[in-house]
Amino acid sequence: MSKKVNMNIKVEYLTRVEGHGNIVVNVKDGSLGACRLDIVEAPRFFEGMLRGRSIFEAQHITSRICGICACGHSLSSIQAAEDAIGFKPSQQTIDLRKLLLHYEILDSHILHIYLLVAPDLLGVPSFSPLIKTHNAVVRRALRMKKTCNDVCDILVGRHIHPISSVVGGFTKLPREKDLEAMHKHLTDMRVDMDETVQLASTLKFPEFDRETEYVGLVSDDNEYPLLMGDIGSSDGVRMKKKDYKKITNEFIVPHSSAKHAKLSRESYATGALARLNLNAKKLHPKAKKVADALGFKTKWTNPYLNTAAQLVECVHCIEDSIAIIERYQKKGINHNEEVIVGLNENKQIPVKAGNGVGAVEVPRGILFHNYEVDKDGIIKNANCIIPTNQNVNNIEHDMKKLVPEILDKGQEKVTLALEMLVRAYDPCISCSAHFLDVKFVK
Amino acid sequence: MNKPKVAFFDFACCEGCQLQVANLGEQLLDILGVIDVVEFREVMSEKWNKEYDVAIIEGSITTPHAVDRIKKIRKRSKVLIAYGSCATIGGINGMKNNFELDEIREHVYPDNAKHFPTIPTMAVDQVVKVDYYVNGCPIYPPEFLKVIKAVLKGIPYAVPDKAVCAECKLNENVCMYEKGVICLGPVTKAGCNSWCINNGNICYGCRGVVTNPQEQAQNDIMVKYKISLDLMLNKMNMYNKCREIDKDE
Repeated sequence: MSKKVNMNIKVEYLTRVEGHGNIVVNVKDGSLGACRLDIVEAPRFFEGMLRGRSIFEAQHITSRICGICACGHSLSSIQAAEDAIGFKPSQQTIDLRKLLLHYEILDSHILHIYLLVAPDLLGVPSFSPLIKTHNAVVRRALRMKKTCNDVCDILVGRHIHPISSVVGGFTKLPREKDLEAMHKHLTDMRVDMDETVQLASTLKFPEFDRETEYVGLVSDDNEYPLLMGDIGSSDGVRMKKKDYKKITNEFIVPHSSAKHAKLSRESYATGALARLNLNAKKLHPKAKKVADALGFKTKWTNPYLNTAAQLVECVHCIEDSIAIIERYQKKGINHNEEVIVGLNENKQIPVKAGNGVGAVEVPRGILFHNYEVDKDGIIKNANCIIPTNQNVNNIEHDMKKLVPEILDKGQEKVTLALEMLVRAYDPCISCSAHFLDVKFVK
Repeated sequence: MNKPKVAFFDFACCEGCQLQVANLGEQLLDILGVIDVVEFREVMSEKWNKEYDVAIIEGSITTPHAVDRIKKIRKRSKVLIAYGSCATIGGINGMKNNFELDEIREHVYPDNAKHFPTIPTMAVDQVVKVDYYVNGCPIYPPEFLKVIKAVLKGIPYAVPDKAVCAECKLNENVCMYEKGVICLGPVTKAGCNSWCINNGNICYGCRGVVTNPQEQAQNDIMVKYKISLDLMLNKMNMYNKCREIDKDE
């Protein structure tokens, strides 16, 4: 580190729900002072508002926490709700929920890869200049995004705030022609996916390494765990989801309103990269091949490669979705399982008092929902821990290692490297996009 | 021809309605051919410091800072569109108004409640004048296209003021009341093509209450299906709590 360097970096933002951040870095006479990612949540008080509502309304309400991974919130919420009242979903319901989660991850990853990361790697400030210079790429991105949206429309009514996926199962189940349509969309998408992989293999990700603890769902079977499993870590931790608070160990830091998380060491990471590091062996063979081609051996410790991990997961999600659909094309969907819930006024689903946890791998990592309900299924307490909050602490530790390593490159390059680092974690779309506005405090 | 300068702004919301724009797919490029998007934080970092021809507002007003900000945006905008339930009727954020503000604040942030200034949730038109409404949680893309066309032509867009039931009947859905569950379709504005009921769920009232709800008819429904007023109000208060606050202008 050069001795006389002074640097003050402040990247400002506008507040929003899933977590907006300021990057603040101060270097004086070559030594690193403040180095942090401040998160301030625009308070919407979901956990407070849920009190007094029926457990059957929880997924509808909490899906509105985030428009980007509405299906993920919905699935974690449903899992927590069913756990609380002791309801066991059918195998068909579980399979279709897995399908929905695949769609969700695919949709969000594509948005992140193309909208946020590609402009950086193609050397432009945002997506819009690409309309002129890379029209085919833009059209492909929009086409893939539209396909994700279309398959969600077919399965659950719409992607943003799913309609038919509820506690108990589905209010409307796909018909034969629906399965056919989803199958066609996804098999057609393979062409665009191949080209995306092609494009990605030409991109150069920044070099940086910091090994950390990787946390995600783990299981004993051969399936890449996304919807269900225990919580595990690369440091050998394994716990049941009901013990989620022992995983996140949230603590308060003075500079940030978001609670920070740690487990076995100073911080941990969750998300696509963590999932790959924990469960790469269980990926679909075609996704494994892509991981191999991108240079994945047993573990990636460069956080910038989270985007590459997302790409691998996209291939997995497409292929496994096609497999699920083909299975049900063969054996048929049992439409007698369609549920009518509404507020459960006609007591279709038995309710009892309880405390339930949902732990689901959503695009950005493990998402926890926790509800406590009374004997009538009215919510007494609610808690949601989003992946971004879990990652903030890890991002800061990355920053602290990264800054001294690249300090001699000058303020502009350091700032860009930090922005790209935060963006790699995909903390949430508008949040990351906003890191593009850089202000220097002299 | 000068393309109209259009800007998107988000207040308290999930930003899902903005994403609905991205979900238009390649159709989005057609729209971008006739307008000039000058601010859209979700996808671009560029800023515009002159007048906006059209400001599209997403989210509800929930902090003192947001009140100032929306007033400033209004002053700089020729046309202002409230976009999505949070903006048009307060939406799901209005559920906060079912509680004492200090109580809910301390419940969620027991240690640092004071860092989160909050006011009762308001729809955009409870603070400033709104020229066009795109209702729904999320917005219904075909309706958004209709509104955009109306704005570009400079003609008004009338939000359908009949009940969701009118569209639901045309879609030949079995009435949710016949299935034994409450649905807000009879009092909620149409225009969504009964999206939720088509998919086997109920109407939650996200588009807002029709101007003249058929109170007597709704009363008859409640008597016939033995529904308590409390349950009905509880449902209404999920999206429509803010209607209890008067419009500012």
